[in-house]
Amino acid sequence: MQLDFTHHQTAHCENGVASNLLRNKGLNISEPMVFGLGSGLFYVYLPFLRVSNAPGLSYRPMPGWIFGRMARRLGIKIKRQKFSSKERAQRQLDDNLKNNIPSGLQVGVYHLPYFPDDYRFHFNAHNIVVYGKEENEYLISDPTMEKVNRLTEKELEKVRFSKGVLAPKGHIYYPTYIPEEETIDWEQAILKSIKKTCNDMLAPVPIIGVKGMRMVARAILKWPKKHGIAKANYYLAQMVRMQEEIGTGGGGFRYIYSAFLQEASKKINNPRLLQLSEEMTEIGDLWRDFAVSASRVYKKRSNQENVYAALSADLMKLADLEEAFFKKLKKAV
Amino acid sequence: MKKSEVPQDDGRVIQKGSRELYYALDENGEYTTALSTGWEAKNIVQDHTMEVLQQEINQAGANVKAGRNSPIQYFMLLNRMDWGLLAQYTGYWKWRVKRHNKPEVFRKLSDKQLQKYADVFEITVEELKNYKGD
Repeated sequence: MQLDFTHHQTAHCENGVASNLLRNKGLNISEPMVFGLGSGLFYVYLPFLRVSNAPGLSYRPMPGWIFGRMARRLGIKIKRQKFSSKERAQRQLDDNLKNNIPSGLQVGVYHLPYFPDDYRFHFNAHNIVVYGKEENEYLISDPTMEKVNRLTEKELEKVRFSKGVLAPKGHIYYPTYIPEEETIDWEQAILKSIKKTCNDMLAPVPIIGVKGMRMVARAILKWPKKHGIAKANYYLAQMVRMQEEIGTGGGGFRYIYSAFLQEASKKINNPRLLQLSEEMTEIGDLWRDFAVSASRVYKKRSNQENVYAALSADLMKLADLEEAFFKKLKKAV
Repeated sequence: MKKSEVPQDDGRVIQKGSRELYYALDENGEYTTALSTGWEAKNIVQDHTMEVLQQEINQAGANVKAGRNSPIQYFMLLNRMDWGLLAQYTGYWKWRVKRHNKPEVFRKLSDKQLQKYADVFEITVEELKNYKGD
């Protein structure tokens, strides 16, 4: 059985599942629109939490929040369920497919057979859509993949019940109500979501937003002395991986947000957002420059401390630019 | 970033045949999407991470050979796990898992207990028991 479902590839999994599920039910919404309306741009530094043996860092809010916020702002209702029983989790999915409901699932990536080996870590906040079942194989639309895939019942059970931080516990979700496109107040949704992102990034909390970036910038400076070069280099590699790899984050998210501002500018006829979109694109370029500079640490062996000082300064500058940017954006909405 | 600048650096991401999607600007300054085969900067940090992990795995193997550790830590690292995660997968407390990493304790584990580890590591009990660090 295969439901009528179109797989669109996206840059980020949660945006992608949300936009693919909504498009499937007739609401034409792009990935950047989901990301922007879900206030997906974020930054939080969690030095007391270890991720891959390095200080925790996240460029996005908690899993599920992007779709959840976006749905609330548009008046969409989502049903979410978690399970303690693997059998019941599978039965619910099978019932959904019988009822013609393509379903979003939260999964762990480590046991996904179609993932490249270098990307298989115990990261539990990945999202996919199941849109059919043939024999005992599920048809999988993983929005970060170019093509669709298949997983056996056993393989799917394994990724739905992976363990560790943010364990999915069979988490399944799908929209149950979508308002008519014409009845949605896009302007209000867009303005509200932008305000939320501005408030997040400018939050008066030391570990969040631009303040969090500054805290990281100060920490980087001390890494080589405090932890030794080897550990500092490992921490830095994890930071860049979180930034540009695991669910994009740095440059990648800035570009998606720029695309959102561009689309929003046209949708609600606000030319100021278009100008700010261009500015955000430039900031995205600088995030990528930061990643390139960081990657040089592994090529040159000399002057390691100077390299960390330069990276710290770069990150400080990014924080300053983003602070100025989000203040302007806040005024524009 | 312009569409023409989207990197095509043959990265780890295309190992299984899929490229990744970027948002980038076209000639008219409009956002569009483009596919990338990978990016040098990411390849470098990814390779560094894998090297560090491999060193840890090698060290754990050497520790088994020298009789300092049981094979548990070796297979744990091979599966990119840490003590906490392995404890969750096996259902044992973390301190017990760590204790099972002592060769003398490991030797006394029942096949039933070993089976739990073998299932998590997706190997047989024999493979687990017979790993000598080579």
